[in-house]
Amino acid sequence: MKNSHPRARKRRIKEQFIEIGLLTAACSSVAITFAIIFVLLKESLNFFAEVPLFDFLTDTQWTPLFDDAHFGILTLISGTVTTTLVALAVAVPLGLTIAIYISEFASPRLREIIKPILELLGAVPTVVFGYFALIVVTPLLQKIYPDLPGFNMLSAGLVMGIMIVPYISSVSEDAMRAVPMQLREGAYAMGATRLRTALTVVIPAAFSGLAAALTLGSSRAVGETMVVAVAAGMQPNLTLNPLQPAATISSFIVQVSLGDLPHDSIGYKTIFAAGLTLLLITLVFNVIGYWLRQKFREEY
Amino acid sequence: MNRSNTKTIIRRQRLYEQLFILLGLVALLVALMTLLALFTRLAIDGMPRLNPDFFTSFPSRFAEKAGILSAWVGSFLVMFVTACAAIPLGVSAGIYLEEYAPKNRWTAIIEINVMNLAGIPSIVYGLLALGLFVQTFGFGQSILSAGLTLALLILPIIIVSTREALRGIPGGIREAAYALGATRWQVVADHLLPYSSGGVLTGVIIGLSRAIGETAPIITIGALTFIAFLPTSPFMAEFPFISFKWVLDPFTVMPIQMFNWTSRPEEAFQFNAAAAGVVLLAMTLLMNGVAIWLRYRIRKSIKW
Repeated sequence: MKNSHPRARKRRIKEQFIEIGLLTAACSSVAITFAIIFVLLKESLNFFAEVPLFDFLTDTQWTPLFDDAHFGILTLISGTVTTTLVALAVAVPLGLTIAIYISEFASPRLREIIKPILELLGAVPTVVFGYFALIVVTPLLQKIYPDLPGFNMLSAGLVMGIMIVPYISSVSEDAMRAVPMQLREGAYAMGATRLRTALTVVIPAAFSGLAAALTLGSSRAVGETMVVAVAAGMQPNLTLNPLQPAATISSFIVQVSLGDLPHDSIGYKTIFAAGLTLLLITLVFNVIGYWLRQKFREEY
Repeated sequence: MNRSNTKTIIRRQRLYEQLFILLGLVALLVALMTLLALFTRLAIDGMPRLNPDFFTSFPSRFAEKAGILSAWVGSFLVMFVTACAAIPLGVSAGIYLEEYAPKNRWTAIIEINVMNLAGIPSIVYGLLALGLFVQTFGFGQSILSAGLTLALLILPIIIVSTREALRGIPGGIREAAYALGATRWQVVADHLLPYSSGGVLTGVIIGLSRAIGETAPIITIGALTFIAFLPTSPFMAEFPFISFKWVLDPFTVMPIQMFNWTSRPEEAFQFNAAAAGVVLLAMTLLMNGVAIWLRYRIRKSIKW
């Protein structure tokens, strides 16, 4: 097409420009990833120039803004782990039960109604959940257990659990619905009940999808900020006891950001080191999830 | 195995099944009742404060005089910046990945990357924005920084929903257009985009409703919690009538205002927090409701 019409050539050039533009937009997502890694690493390196990595990983106190500064990230990790475990203890059984019920038992009409409502649960702003944990759930728990402090990880974790139920249930349900009907029919033909089919045929076949749901839920819980910041108090506390108040990695970042931060202060650098730790933890979850998906993938 | 034995087994299995159905309903009820309890409590606490003055007053030291004027204006302007940045970028990226991208390793990397971005905690985006927009680019603690931060946060949602909407269009439509000599972009702009607009719009609304409730990343970039003035007006009396000075103004948004009131010890402020929560919740639920309705209509009306 060497001697093509000038209009055709003009059109081809336009097409190429558009394609390059679209490619640039697609690459922007990769650029965001690199920017995140670059910014976190750069500020964290400044941090670790002042605080030895060994102290960061082994110190048992976290008092970065005090005169006697300690930087033991374990203190914050313990808060993150505790709230996440409480949340998962609520969300996994609830989410999986709901997913099995919707996918294997509920009538199509009920499913059409329930799914959007569950979606709404996932759409409520997290700060509203925080208010709910502090004003409603904590006083309720205090009736059962009077010694419970006004800020505690239990109520934050419970509310976080309810919050991530929709994530776990919708991803699990998609995975279970993707299991071919023949497998179920095979089980029914052998005389299995719907429950038995769900437990022994559908769940094993959908396991890689369920693993994905679990990792998604966990990384949501690990990164969740506002519920914890509002309801769990913000004092760093090295404990795995959910009845106590504690700060998590993310709520610490919020707490520091609420004050005025000079660019070169240690507090400024500290939140980036904390953020890097948080990113690494969610990365570990994602890698485990990826590995589980690969290991248990079933092809039909 | 005798007959009565079999019957017992069957009866027992049936019972298990009934019990599980009960369990499933209980699990659903727990989730739904929590949602209901949240709505009612918020409404009971917040309703007395929800008068017109609440919407037209600035925050104040006195709980009874405080309002959400600067917060809702801030939320609105931040959402505007977010939409302007995220929609073109996300839709373009979605079009490229679905319609243009060759099936090779680079495309696979971009796809995995988009999925991973969706899994990054929102507060990490806040740190990115603090390091990049606020410090490096010098946008300061402004509406522009906040809007761009939230745009990055919802970019994966828009990319994924654009791709899904495009994937739902049968290949025959593309082939028919190509057969008539249309170029790739003509196919996309004249056929695929109009047919997928409903799906894309659903994704955009869901993304924006997520952005409007986000608190943590905006706190991280250093949004002020006490703002008793409005940003510069975007409209001017003389030419060119529209000004963009407001993008660099300090601001506050609804969720931050609510967080601020929630963390006050005085009880009177809790009622303000609840009232702000009602407004915030109404905004997000309205947006989600529209998205769900839109999706429902698309599913009903389009039969390829």
